[in-house]
Amino acid sequence: METSILIFLPLVAGLISFLLPDNRAKQFAFVAALAEFAYSLVLLLQFNPQETLAYATSVPWVKSMGISFSVGMDGISILLVMLTTFLIPLIILSSFRRTFANSNYFYGLVLIMQSALVGVFVARDAFLFYVFWELALIPIYFIALIWGGENRKKITFKFFVYTLAGSLLMLVAIIYLYLQTPNGSFDINQFYAVGSTLSSTDQALVFVAFFLAFAIKMPIFPFHTWQPDTYTVTPAQGTMLLSGIMLKMGIYGVIRWILPLVPEAAHTYGMPAIILSVIGIIYASIIAIKQKDFKRLIAYVSIAHVGLIAAGIFTLGEESLQGGIIQMLSHGINVVGLFFVIDVLFDRTKTLELSSLGGIRNVAPFFTVTFIILLFSSIALPFTGGFPGEFLLFVGIFQYNPWIAAVAGVSVILGAVYMLSSFQKIMLGETNNLTSGFADLFTSEKLVLIPIIILIFWMGIYPDTFLEISGPAVKALIKGTGTSLSLK
Amino acid sequence: MLQLAWLIPVLPLIGFLIIGLANKKLPKAVVGFVGCGSILGSFAIVLTLLTEVLNGTIQSETLTYFNWISAGSLDIKLSFLIDPLSVTMMTIITGVGFLIHLYSAGYMSHDEGFARYFAYLNLFVFSMLILVMGSNFLVLFAGWEGVGLCSYLLIGFWFKNNDYNNAAKKAFIMNRIGDLGFLLGMLLIIVTFGSLEYSAVFEQAQTIFKPGVAQPVLIAITLLLFLGATGKSAQIPLYTWLPDAMAGPTPVSALIHAATMVTAGIYMIVRSNVLFSLAPFTLEVIEIIGLTTALFAATIGLVQNDIKKVLAYSTVSQLGYMFFALGMGAYSTAIFHVATHAFFKALLFLGAGSVIHAMSGEQDIRSMGGLWKKLPITFATFIIGTVAIAGIPPFAGFFSKDEILAHAYEHSPILWALGVLGALMTTFYMFRLVFLTFFGSFRGTEHQKSHLHESPLIMTIPLMVLAVLSIIGGFVGVPEVLGGHNFLKSFLSPIIAPINQHTGHALSHSTELMLMGISVGAVLLVIIIAAIVYISKKAVPSPEGSDLSAPHKVLYNKYYIDEIYRTLVVKPLYWLGDIFYKVFEIRIIDNFVNAWGKGVDRGSAGLRFLQNGSISFYMFAMVIGIILILFFNTIIKL
Repeated sequence: METSILIFLPLVAGLISFLLPDNRAKQFAFVAALAEFAYSLVLLLQFNPQETLAYATSVPWVKSMGISFSVGMDGISILLVMLTTFLIPLIILSSFRRTFANSNYFYGLVLIMQSALVGVFVARDAFLFYVFWELALIPIYFIALIWGGENRKKITFKFFVYTLAGSLLMLVAIIYLYLQTPNGSFDINQFYAVGSTLSSTDQALVFVAFFLAFAIKMPIFPFHTWQPDTYTVTPAQGTMLLSGIMLKMGIYGVIRWILPLVPEAAHTYGMPAIILSVIGIIYASIIAIKQKDFKRLIAYVSIAHVGLIAAGIFTLGEESLQGGIIQMLSHGINVVGLFFVIDVLFDRTKTLELSSLGGIRNVAPFFTVTFIILLFSSIALPFTGGFPGEFLLFVGIFQYNPWIAAVAGVSVILGAVYMLSSFQKIMLGETNNLTSGFADLFTSEKLVLIPIIILIFWMGIYPDTFLEISGPAVKALIKGTGTSLSLK
Repeated sequence: MLQLAWLIPVLPLIGFLIIGLANKKLPKAVVGFVGCGSILGSFAIVLTLLTEVLNGTIQSETLTYFNWISAGSLDIKLSFLIDPLSVTMMTIITGVGFLIHLYSAGYMSHDEGFARYFAYLNLFVFSMLILVMGSNFLVLFAGWEGVGLCSYLLIGFWFKNNDYNNAAKKAFIMNRIGDLGFLLGMLLIIVTFGSLEYSAVFEQAQTIFKPGVAQPVLIAITLLLFLGATGKSAQIPLYTWLPDAMAGPTPVSALIHAATMVTAGIYMIVRSNVLFSLAPFTLEVIEIIGLTTALFAATIGLVQNDIKKVLAYSTVSQLGYMFFALGMGAYSTAIFHVATHAFFKALLFLGAGSVIHAMSGEQDIRSMGGLWKKLPITFATFIIGTVAIAGIPPFAGFFSKDEILAHAYEHSPILWALGVLGALMTTFYMFRLVFLTFFGSFRGTEHQKSHLHESPLIMTIPLMVLAVLSIIGGFVGVPEVLGGHNFLKSFLSPIIAPINQHTGHALSHSTELMLMGISVGAVLLVIIIAAIVYISKKAVPSPEGSDLSAPHKVLYNKYYIDEIYRTLVVKPLYWLGDIFYKVFEIRIIDNFVNAWGKGVDRGSAGLRFLQNGSISFYMFAMVIGIILILFFNTIIKL
């Protein structure tokens, strides 16, 4: 019941928003998102991490085909749901000083998107998962298409088709698995039971089908070329949705729908997946160094960061799985902060060309401080949110293979190069015509960034709050796969 | 006092928060008071802890506060270790740190970024204390990165100047190269020992590994950790950021880039001496790198004309001596030199700051001269610092440097001779600096001349205190031959690996005295030479742009190392960025993806062609189909 409310509250609110007058939608959406956050927080406070499945509901949906509306949360799900419910109000708030034409549709789509995202993180039925997975694509497609920037038609079309093609493969795999279940069911536990009994070849095929869907979504090198264009062209709030939450669908998918489903294949084909991820880390970092547009630069940085998470998760180590989960939260919060910084920059100067900016630190101290904190969190300075996850991921990858860890580790240096260089170009030096009148953050903008900064320090100083919630679920998951590496 | 130990780093943190959050709303006096007061408070607590450690009430105490990062079997706590080594470092950090804060209140009083400056400086002291107080490698690493951040912020303190910003960026990035080594070293420690806690790691290392047997894992761990140290402590190959770091305000150079942060690498190695002692190969590497850096940097220092650059290369060189000592297994000697160097180098930098302050920002010693009359206190204290670094008894530097040289002689007379050579170069460039700055006649502009003045008391008091410490600081380590019993060495002995305890140098007293005599005599001779060149002959280094002899030119341009790094590392990286983006990304990968789209497009165009509405075409297709079916049927039956 509780989980269903989390799904339907934003869906209903989104539909209501469509009907509202243009000038009311903003406030309405914000209140609805806050209510959703408050409710999820209540659920979190009552959540017992030891429970395998909390707040579960299962009602038959299409009985003849064994499809049921089956939802529930373990420690991993609830953290990602919290990430969603925490970020959506901030994303809505971040748009308060912007005006969108037909904003009732805009905010309606954001809320429907939230519904689908929550659905992906809580679905316990493969068909339902697939439905939410595809549902999440539709609002963001329209957000990018209607409110996007230059060249949006071509870019969003590519984004749509590319990700859809990936998911179709997943659909084939889902149907295949469904046919293998003894009494025709899409239930996750039945899938798990069937998956591990498949022959090696069949496991491999299922692995590839799911992997492609998830790899495109995250994205992992070389399936990433839709991403920089899409991030750049989408309006800021859309980019926040894509990078802050939506890409976590892919990582979550790996954790929920690959590792326990086809453990043997995950073990065998983990290595190529890890190698692709690590190539992506270095490749994207080096490309980021040469980017001239700050938004596109951060898009590439996101590929690098996600690559590290993916590599860590495929090692199947407990430390790196935990690290991957906390890093999903930290990356989500951080990247939304960074894209908001970008939005503020664009709002004031109408450009994101690094070479035309500069000197903003002279005129906007509050903005500077938040930018510095986000910057150093994204390069994983200890006591900021980026550190515990990155460290644990490295622990896992190093145990798996020290050389791969050493290569991935080069990103520690490259991260400093691109972040400090762009900070210098945007913020330091003397002001110019574009930046001399740069207005410091307004109250509504501060209200977006302050919660983000509080969480950055919370996650950096006392990550145990979050690690404890996902810990038992991760242990159970590893036990299920039976192929864990662990420390002596 | 153990229950108050947490306050030692937290007081400066609170200072940082108060100053940082209030930013410009607080009057400068309050900012200065909070900034200095918080450090003084920490210093007071450190002193009580120090007495308790000295009188044996505390031997080695671990204070655990909370679980920091725990996942799987990894359980890392935020905890502090109070023992002789950490207390020694804490005393230096808060003591010298307080004096430099005090000095800064005068030095920075006209700067509009006064509050920001003190916020950063307090954050630095917090991070540095975390670094030395942590009871495991990860807490050390947290402090390590924290001081790197503060160093970055303070080098680029005057952020309108992009040269300074570049220097700050360079410092951070070069440090990160070392940090990757440190990180990988920690990961290897985790995989090998299952923990990052010092006590657990060192205990296991001593039981698992036996000395004298080659230990690839330990060699790898220690080399990786040492790579981290070369970044933070500015050793070959990662030293080039430190001279550039002089872009920051001069008190910052004194505190961060001379007295404390740059010694973090030495602290880290001494802390992990159990591991290093089990990896003699690494020790040899450290010994060679340390000595090479000491000599290499000293040669560059001989010809620099910027007062801070001379001191910067001197710092790189002195750090080299400390690593040289570490490489010979003389851990407590290295800490001894850390301490005395903290006193005299902080003194020299602050003195330089006083000179720069008086010269209205001028840093070129070619434009100085004869300043002793106008800046008597600065002059007197600067002389004391110079004599101390030159190693003339009984000043502080003599004892620590002599101990290093004695160890060197025991290893090989050649090492000793090279060590002495470095000391002579040090003496020469330091006295060259003193003579050009304070003696002779004034060579600056009239405007500068009219502004010359001694600094206010708030700046000269720290100078005087540090001068006293530079005189007496060496008495904590007087060798037996001179009637002492090397107190510092026995104080630190509990944290030194047992297998290493015997490696005190075993020279006979007569040899030791003779070596001392030779080195002191040579130093005095070099002072006389420098005096002849720069006082009697009134030589002034040639102005910018004049023809230099080839070797002089190479030294003046610092062996072109920056240019070499630019060509070998920076440019290829940018080139790779272009290639990846323009070729791989756009031409290959994205083209491939788009080709799929086009393929589908063309494919469907082809399929559409099949449904052309022509009955005869359909008939023809049907016939072909039937033939094929029959054909395959036949094949299957066969």
